[in-house]
Amino acid sequence: MNRASQVAKFALLALLGAFLVMPERFAGLFRPFAPGGTAPIYAQTPLLTLAVDHLLLVAAATLAASVLAVSCAVLATRPAGREVLPFARAVANLGQTFPPVAVLALAVPVFGFGTVPTLIALVLYGLLPIFETALTGLAGLDPALMEAARGMGLTDRQRLVQVELPLALPMILSGIRLAAVIGLATATIGSTVAASTLGEVIVSGLLTGNTAYVLQGGLVVSALAILTDAAFRALERAAARRAGFRS
Amino acid sequence: MGESSATWQRRGPIRPGLDPLGAILALLIGPSLLALPLMIARPNRIAAGTSLMAWSALPAGAALALLVVLGLAATLLALRIPPPLRLAAAAAALLLLGLAAGWAADHLTPPGDRYSRVSPDAGWWLAFVAAGLATGDGLARLRPGPAMRVAALAAILVLGGLALRSGFWDNLSLLREYAGRADTFGREVRTHLGLALSSVAAAAALGIPAALLARPIPALRGALLGVLNVVQTIPSMALFGMLIAPLAWIGRTIPGAAGLGIAGIGAAPAFLALFAYALLPVAAATVAGLDAVPGPVRDAARGVGMTGRQRLAQVELPLALPAILTGIRIVLVQNIGLAVIAGLVGGGGLGVFVFQGISQTAGDLVLLGALPTVALASAAAVLLDAVIELSRGPGAGAERTP
Repeated sequence: MNRASQVAKFALLALLGAFLVMPERFAGLFRPFAPGGTAPIYAQTPLLTLAVDHLLLVAAATLAASVLAVSCAVLATRPAGREVLPFARAVANLGQTFPPVAVLALAVPVFGFGTVPTLIALVLYGLLPIFETALTGLAGLDPALMEAARGMGLTDRQRLVQVELPLALPMILSGIRLAAVIGLATATIGSTVAASTLGEVIVSGLLTGNTAYVLQGGLVVSALAILTDAAFRALERAAARRAGFRS
Repeated sequence: MGESSATWQRRGPIRPGLDPLGAILALLIGPSLLALPLMIARPNRIAAGTSLMAWSALPAGAALALLVVLGLAATLLALRIPPPLRLAAAAAALLLLGLAAGWAADHLTPPGDRYSRVSPDAGWWLAFVAAGLATGDGLARLRPGPAMRVAALAAILVLGGLALRSGFWDNLSLLREYAGRADTFGREVRTHLGLALSSVAAAAALGIPAALLARPIPALRGALLGVLNVVQTIPSMALFGMLIAPLAWIGRTIPGAAGLGIAGIGAAPAFLALFAYALLPVAAATVAGLDAVPGPVRDAARGVGMTGRQRLAQVELPLALPAILTGIRIVLVQNIGLAVIAGLVGGGGLGVFVFQGISQTAGDLVLLGALPTVALASAAAVLLDAVIELSRGPGAGAERTP
């Protein structure tokens, strides 16, 4: 990453923080988009509260999806799981064809309205990118390297923890990054089923024809997604350096 | 390809024992029928329901048939058996589950009652997903070529369509929701497909040439991919919503624009948003596909005296075609799913049913929108995968099989 884009990211972070803490200061910016007489800033719930709820929801879902997906990928790449590997790949591919809105809509009849169906939809949708990249990372390791690790007398568990996982970590992190960014956008749809997320602002804007709300909600989520993406990319580079890859 | 397709036949007699994947699926099918409710019955559309186990949801004979056939199929799936037999066992399980849903709906609906609702419950869905996965696994182990996969897809669609028309499931809640909206359903499906297909076609028409032009110039290429990357981070609901105001303004102020259907609410913002989301994957896939053309191939093309234009049209683009098609596959599947959001901004499509269902807390109405969406997306994925495989040419098969 070059310097200019690093500076831009920090500026974005500062701007986002300022907007969430004192949105009223920015009212002038949004006034042209609010139909006459209505408040230009969404005030039903503080934006900061919604943003924190939104982030917590996505973080919890991404964490759960990471643990599940990486465990599945580790199992599928052990000798006993080899036979299941092509099938697991096919299921992961098929799962990608499920639109996130449909996952959410299907979770509602089973789990009711609120945060729970959103959380489940986010976990399900996050599983696939993480599983797919973890599988690529673990299955794509150099066989000669594995042979060397075995030759050094490492047990299966030691090989997994000390060799395979650290080497696959940059790939796994890129999957988690993808899941988190998709999750941040998908969580907005959760507010149509009454989860507390920034989607509330957008939906309220759509329902009352107030473009200012739609813009606020959309811009805050986009900023969160861009910053999350940048943070994970930095983590990936650090993991790649630790694993000894040249970056 | 030829070698791998014969692998299971050449291994000779199959060693007896447990098949790990089959055992997992069998373990899902068994307890889901014995420990989870099969169906749920409600006195009317939104009342709380009663969950019923298989033996109380079905007449005795039907319950016995279901449990015996699924028990047998699960046992077979758990063992090492030849793929054709595996496929047959899984398909039989699917068939019986389909029959059971219809039988239960007839059994639980009092004669002449138009209000009661019968829907599949957790046990049915879990068994259905497991049997469906087992069927897919059986098909995959036969290693069908692209033509076979498309034929299998067509067969499934025709059989499913016939079964839906036969009236066998008409007492199921899902079909009751359909019956109330039969007149608009076809139109919404066409709107949905039209939105997804036209936005991807437009993105390909603009994204591929843009990528071709920007790729050789590093600054332009970085700017193009950077801007499109930011577009991807805007949540779909917000992008649809943000387009409403400018489009409404254009529709009001520019003469003739309203006549073209440009308005704040409706298909225009939905189309533009879907188009914007499709641009990045198509442009990125084109850039990546062209980058992956091996250097020696380029040198050889240059060596035989091809001009830049000839190299691009006759060598580089044909070699990059599978990668570009893969990008188009990803966005088409993604846009079929995203087009659901169009239902929120008055753009029509299957999302209309999803959001109506959410606001009326009617789960089966949500399914009426979501299930066809999933079916359309999966069918598009199978079709385009076949096209991608064909575009790789006959010689490419060998290097892909590990």
